[in-house]
Amino acid sequence: MPDALHPAFLFFAGALLVALLRGKAQALVALLVPVVSAVFVIGLGAGDGWTVSFLGYELQPFRVDRLSLLFGYLFHIAAFIGLLYAWKAGDTLQRVSGLLYAGSALGAVFAGDLITLFVFWELLAVTSTFLVWGRRTPRSVRSGQRYILIQILSGLTLLAGTIIYFVDTGSLEFSFIGLESGLGAKLIFLAFGIKCAWPFLHNWLTDSYPEATPVGTVFLSAFTTKVAVYALARAYPGTELLVYIGAAMTAFPIFFAVIENDLRRVLAYSMINQIGFMVVGIGIGSELGINGAVAHAFNDVLFKGLLFMSMGAVLFRTGTMNGSNLGGLYKSMPITTVFCMVGAASISAFPLFSGFVSKSMVVTAVLHEHHNVVWFILLFASAGVFHHAGIKIPFFAFFAHDSGKRVKEAPKSMLIAMAISAFACVFIGTFPSISLYRILPFAVDYVPYTATHVLTQCQILFFSALAFTWLKLSGLYPPELRSVNLDVDWSYRKLLPAVSRGVYAMAKTSRAAIDAGGLAILRKLGQAYYGLNGPASRLARTWPTGSIALWAAVLLGVYLVMFYT
Amino acid sequence: MADSLQKDEKKYLFDNPKNVKRVLYGLYTICAGLFLIDFVFHRHVEHTAERIYGFYGIYGFVACVVLVLLAKEMRKILMRKENYYDPEGEE
Repeated sequence: MPDALHPAFLFFAGALLVALLRGKAQALVALLVPVVSAVFVIGLGAGDGWTVSFLGYELQPFRVDRLSLLFGYLFHIAAFIGLLYAWKAGDTLQRVSGLLYAGSALGAVFAGDLITLFVFWELLAVTSTFLVWGRRTPRSVRSGQRYILIQILSGLTLLAGTIIYFVDTGSLEFSFIGLESGLGAKLIFLAFGIKCAWPFLHNWLTDSYPEATPVGTVFLSAFTTKVAVYALARAYPGTELLVYIGAAMTAFPIFFAVIENDLRRVLAYSMINQIGFMVVGIGIGSELGINGAVAHAFNDVLFKGLLFMSMGAVLFRTGTMNGSNLGGLYKSMPITTVFCMVGAASISAFPLFSGFVSKSMVVTAVLHEHHNVVWFILLFASAGVFHHAGIKIPFFAFFAHDSGKRVKEAPKSMLIAMAISAFACVFIGTFPSISLYRILPFAVDYVPYTATHVLTQCQILFFSALAFTWLKLSGLYPPELRSVNLDVDWSYRKLLPAVSRGVYAMAKTSRAAIDAGGLAILRKLGQAYYGLNGPASRLARTWPTGSIALWAAVLLGVYLVMFYT
Repeated sequence: MADSLQKDEKKYLFDNPKNVKRVLYGLYTICAGLFLIDFVFHRHVEHTAERIYGFYGIYGFVACVVLVLLAKEMRKILMRKENYYDPEGEE
């Protein structure tokens, strides 16, 4: 029974308090919630938690082990950085939903049974939607509606899968499930896949994240997909299918990222690319693979958060996120520029930056298992990520041609939040064995800093930069254009409405045809009947009394004539 | 790169074309150096492809060129006007 405090409830209670406060007090209390909760979480150790009996079933709403603790720490850091970033740019709605959202994510990673997981899975969906709606533009409202529909679909799939899995196996435990245990397991797998943004299920992410506020996107990028990565690492490690799904995720979004104009949408595509590396690591399933996957999830929250924060600061100051309208901002936002470049170096996995020490674990794990084709794809994606996230983002926002925009540097609170993330990226990247490697689920005997690794990584990155330079100077590089690019969302934003409009129009015309044709026949029948029996018909005609009297007189006259003859 | 901003009135670091040239020449030098190291330093090799001299550099360069040129072709099919999804009569 409860002997440890569940951090989710601290976050929920904090959200309630924050909702009642206003102004500076609100921002301060919101910022303190993850700090207070972290004090409790640091005291937790593997084996802590709650087990309860509910209607004769053993449930474990709170389970602490190395894997859940790592994500627990991570989500506290992410919530703190997000709320610090929101100090000036946030409002009540975003702080409250941000805290509820972070609390739901904590609830999900500490869930030991599938019922608890389902509850927090749905709470994640609902609370995060308000961060999309928080932008309060017609576009973000519509995007949020699409977002919540897909998130709820994931929740319902999880519920259906859980019920079937329970009927099949009699177990509600949220631990290794694997694909072999029937339909229920497959549905749970799919539910995780939706939130994990698998190919064809990914579009909710690239649709909604760039539509949220600067603060909203920073929160959104930290939690939902990482909970999904955690869930896959927990329940489906070593599932070979994940290797191929992950490889596809690393490769296809970078093509979209190259031609996308909205720079936060570029980052959203690049997020799918990074999650792809994690999914591959989980699919490999070796200790190195799993360690690499969760280590990369940890780093991704920090560097992707940093990149989203720098772009959010640009949006906050300039009001636009289009690469075609930006450029030259290093002149007026130099500090943000530097932080953005730290994030860019980290995601690109430059030596001394965090991506270098985690992504390579996954790539090495792939090589150990002799997945040759996947290895080539991951190398391609590594070059590609540098190209679109490492170069394109800083280049088009801060350098390129001068847009003439002269704005103020980002607010102090945003800069401090970015500074913390940037420091963490460099610290983890430089000293992984005294930081990140200590909290990974398995003991680490991987050494990232070998001469070969540093050299090969530098070769791949600098030659990617060379390719960018050559393409740019020769004019082959596609210009930034104000545009949208069709993706899977076209199927439900254009095709499906068009089909339903078509069906409606067809139903309408066929109804009109039936109406017209049927009525014509009925009318004819009616007219025929009416002709016979209607008031004007011969049978129903009312004769004037005068004519009857006349006819009577005629009859009498005839009778008289006949009588006398 | 840009972390050493030197402001003098309205001239910024990259307003001077010389500084852009410096960055480019720096990049070319680094690339040449990284390529040449392969002939001197014996990398630890796990995959047969890695034995090729300059494999990582060539692969990175080709990957990026292919990526960009393919993406450019994708634009012909996928690109629409900015207000493509907006309901009529709304900005």
